[in-house]
Amino acid sequence: MTETTRTTGVSRRTLLKGTAGLAGLAAGSGAITGFPYVKSAETKVLRYLGTAVNEGDDISKQCLKDTGIKIEYITATTDDVTKRVMTQPNSFDVLDTEYFSLKKLVPSGNILALDAKKIKEFDNITPVFTKGETPGGKKIGNQGTAPWKVLYLEGKDSKTFAKSATEFVTLIPTVYNADTLGIRPDLIKRPISSWSELLNPEFKGKASILNIPSIGIMDAAMVVEATGKYKYADKGNMTKEEIDLTMKVMTEAKKAGQFRAFWKDFNESVNLMASGETVIQSMWSPAVTKVRSMGIACTFQPLKEGYRSWASGFCVSKGVSGAKLDWAYEFVNWFLSGYAGAYLNRQGYYSAVLSTAKAHMEPYEWAYWMEGKPAEKDIKAPDGSLLEKAGAVRDGGSYEDRMGAVACWNAVMDENDYMVRKWNEFIAA
Amino acid sequence: MDTSENILHQASPGLARGSDTARNAKAARLSPSFISWLQAGPMMLVFLAFFLIPLVFVVIVSFWDYNEYQLLPAFSGRGYSDTFEGCIAQLPDLCTIGKTYLKTLKLCFMVWAITLFIGFWVAYFLAFHVKSKTWQMGLSLLCTIPFWTSNVIRMIAWIPLLGRNGLVNSGLVKTGLINQPVEWLLYSEFSVVLALVHLFTFFMVVPIFNSMVRIDKSLIEAAYDAGATGFQTLVNVVIPLAKPGIVIGSIFVITIVMGDFITIGVMGGQQIAAAGKIIETRLNALQFPAAAANAVILLAITFLIITMMSRIVDIRKEL
Repeated sequence: MTETTRTTGVSRRTLLKGTAGLAGLAAGSGAITGFPYVKSAETKVLRYLGTAVNEGDDISKQCLKDTGIKIEYITATTDDVTKRVMTQPNSFDVLDTEYFSLKKLVPSGNILALDAKKIKEFDNITPVFTKGETPGGKKIGNQGTAPWKVLYLEGKDSKTFAKSATEFVTLIPTVYNADTLGIRPDLIKRPISSWSELLNPEFKGKASILNIPSIGIMDAAMVVEATGKYKYADKGNMTKEEIDLTMKVMTEAKKAGQFRAFWKDFNESVNLMASGETVIQSMWSPAVTKVRSMGIACTFQPLKEGYRSWASGFCVSKGVSGAKLDWAYEFVNWFLSGYAGAYLNRQGYYSAVLSTAKAHMEPYEWAYWMEGKPAEKDIKAPDGSLLEKAGAVRDGGSYEDRMGAVACWNAVMDENDYMVRKWNEFIAA
Repeated sequence: MDTSENILHQASPGLARGSDTARNAKAARLSPSFISWLQAGPMMLVFLAFFLIPLVFVVIVSFWDYNEYQLLPAFSGRGYSDTFEGCIAQLPDLCTIGKTYLKTLKLCFMVWAITLFIGFWVAYFLAFHVKSKTWQMGLSLLCTIPFWTSNVIRMIAWIPLLGRNGLVNSGLVKTGLINQPVEWLLYSEFSVVLALVHLFTFFMVVPIFNSMVRIDKSLIEAAYDAGATGFQTLVNVVIPLAKPGIVIGSIFVITIVMGDFITIGVMGGQQIAAAGKIIETRLNALQFPAAAANAVILLAITFLIITMMSRIVDIRKEL
């Protein structure tokens, strides 16, 4: 930015001189603008492929200001991000994706692990990722593709996940959250405390689940386990029999008219809930916030069986090397340095490096979002709109309480192919 | 290619027969069949590059194997055998693919019948009751209104209208016609058919209208003079002459509805199976060969329906 300003300043001055004549002007501006043009040929641009979760305009603007790196967002759905990595690995530089897709991405060889030693804040990354426990020492459920199972590779070009810490990190963690059921407390009018309520005939025709097989089956498994019908060894890696059983329970509920609709994207889930078509459904945190910001009561209900969690992070395309790779490290280091973390925390997600995010948040914000304390002042979204009035408490409480109660993680199962077929059968039933 | 030549000749006899001397001189060097090829060439190339070649790839890939993260270019019938899984074992119950196609065909038939009925009468009105060309144009443009809104808008628009707390339900409850909101208005086969009809009736109107305006009015007068009733004229004169339009419109509607999964998904609350949906789910799970196999099956079935329809009417002859 400064370069550009200087250029125009100089040419204006040259113009003002006037007497220098046309030739002089051309030569002069050519000579002077030449310098910044050489620099601008080196404009640091990174193509950033990811879902909309982390792709805030504020983040890219701040990044450009702080580091001079221009971020070009390529936004896609989770499935499409994976598809793109497989089929067009050269169409992006930095990849922001979820840990559960690593089981597909790493064997494809299309992504490059990052070097932990070059990540300044790596040692400050929350133990949720590295040890599978909260900073307070609570053990986190390890069913499904938990991040610590796939965080490290054995070597630089290895396709095997390492059992213990190495310097080769598959995804540098950025954002994660604990998901649960969203409910309309004003229409349900009684406490909800278990996943099994999703299939409670009381809510016949007013329940919903999401129609994304890999996530939907996890929610279904939470429900089946909560009803006491079956206890899975690992909900994130079911056997064929377990898949059959889970889908049978869900199919019976579907045939009995339990579900009003299934949803596939964020807006659908908001519409279903806001219009009162459903009163209980699987949901994502920002969707709950959206319903609430419309003035409609909606709770992201903590349940006794725990949360289904997800996490995402950064890696780079295999085609990235040289200066571009340095920029990628610079960008990842910037991302973990606090501004972005605070931005994500304010949306109800969690940032990977808590200490730097805390430094970028007001103490009352930190107390509300992370410590589960009643809001001292009104809580605003990053865009300045009112989210919660003073006195409100976050659903599920503190970071420790929420992340400490995670039961399982989004996953890709060994029997994924079979599961997808069974899911189609469920939809057709 | 003979037939396409015939069509070209019929469609633009002036071009092929060109009477001035300059063209005759040229035609002496370029044979008429070469000119026909030249005329059809650009479209053929586009067709080849963007339809036939990709289609061949789809068929090839449908016979490949795959794992979690890549295609394995080795012959495998897995895409197909997985798709028809349980079709024999589960008899007399239908397997997933059977149920899906039964549902898709049912929706398709309902939408076809309704769009044909509405489309025929709209076209009839435009062709025979609206006398001025300007009004005919203006009114046909009115029919395009459903195309002014996107899927997303429709999705949001239908819910306040048909939903549990929607306009229709609250209106019915207030007038005392019903005590409880009616649930089947939204996220049901009804809402799917409603949305599809709303969308695609236009594809029936245009070709039928096109056939009808070409009907020589003196034929209808002759029918009246011969003492035919209005109904007899309709059945014996108008419908047979509008047949090509009816068949073309039907092909449009049937091919679109067979492959649709977005409208069915949105209006059916994602609870209604669609052939296209299976393909999408497979693609999203990176199971490309399975998706390709399903695409080939869908194509084959759609092709079968169209072949049967063109048995009834030879479109090429009628045009």
